[in-house]
Amino acid sequence: MSTEEHSVLHVHRDDIGSRMGMWLFLFTELLLFGGLFFLYSVYRFVNQEQFHIAAKELNTLIGTFNTIILLTSSLTMALAIAAIQRNNKSLSVFFQTLTILLAFGFLVNKYFEWSIKFHHGIFPGSEVLLNKPKGEILFFGLYYVMTGLHGLHVIIGIVLIGVMTRLTIKNVINQDSYVKLEAAGLYWHLVDIIWIFLFPLFYLIT
Amino acid sequence: MDQQNTHAEHKYPGYGIYILVWLGLLALTGVTVTLAGINFGGLTVATALLVASVKSFLVLKIFMHLGAEQKAFKIFVLVAIFFILISFVLLFSDYSFI
Repeated sequence: MSTEEHSVLHVHRDDIGSRMGMWLFLFTELLLFGGLFFLYSVYRFVNQEQFHIAAKELNTLIGTFNTIILLTSSLTMALAIAAIQRNNKSLSVFFQTLTILLAFGFLVNKYFEWSIKFHHGIFPGSEVLLNKPKGEILFFGLYYVMTGLHGLHVIIGIVLIGVMTRLTIKNVINQDSYVKLEAAGLYWHLVDIIWIFLFPLFYLIT
Repeated sequence: MDQQNTHAEHKYPGYGIYILVWLGLLALTGVTVTLAGINFGGLTVATALLVASVKSFLVLKIFMHLGAEQKAFKIFVLVAIFFILISFVLLFSDYSFI
């Protein structure tokens, strides 16, 4: 009887193990994007001149603006965890909401950026693009795949943080148990790190 | 309860450190945008990647709390980065050293 009681009362929790699990998942993400960075580096190496010309087409200002937005959203996510550690639920919910809004801001910018490119006839398989030299086609192909995959991660991040905000409001995430929020934070910061490398490689190095 | 809260204040990093790191990240973004305008020739890519690495280090250590984690986490991350770098070196041994 005592064992039965024990099994009911005992809540198994291993926060360190949970975080380690999240980190292991992040390593698989690193492999996913790493493969694309390998492709980028080799194609850039064999098509240096054409990558140089193609990169000039990208809007550095919009890229810089999006970098600032994403770095700020990383800050608000870290602050959301700091707030829940201090049992300040409303402040944590505020920072999580702010993170989601900034992520939407990033996507809106991305939408306008891609729209302008589409308007100029530069999109995968377009006539304008296919008439360009091979190196430039490769550059824009990688640009759409890598920033697109990154954008998909931003969308997933929005959903994930949205769920965490709901859980925080419902007190499932609280001062004593906030490892879920930490895991979502780790994911969000990884999305930020990937952008930290995408930004100079596509927008700055011309 | 009050004691617990003061305990929490000591245990967890304050809001200030995150804001400081954020300012550092913005400053480094400014640096990398400015440097991109100057032509360093072959070193342009290297400087951009160096600044990006410093930014990533800050995010990993402070935002992702890697500095406060157990040693195993740090070793795992170092191993992951090591294998990415090894892959790059081996990849380019095929392309650039011929």
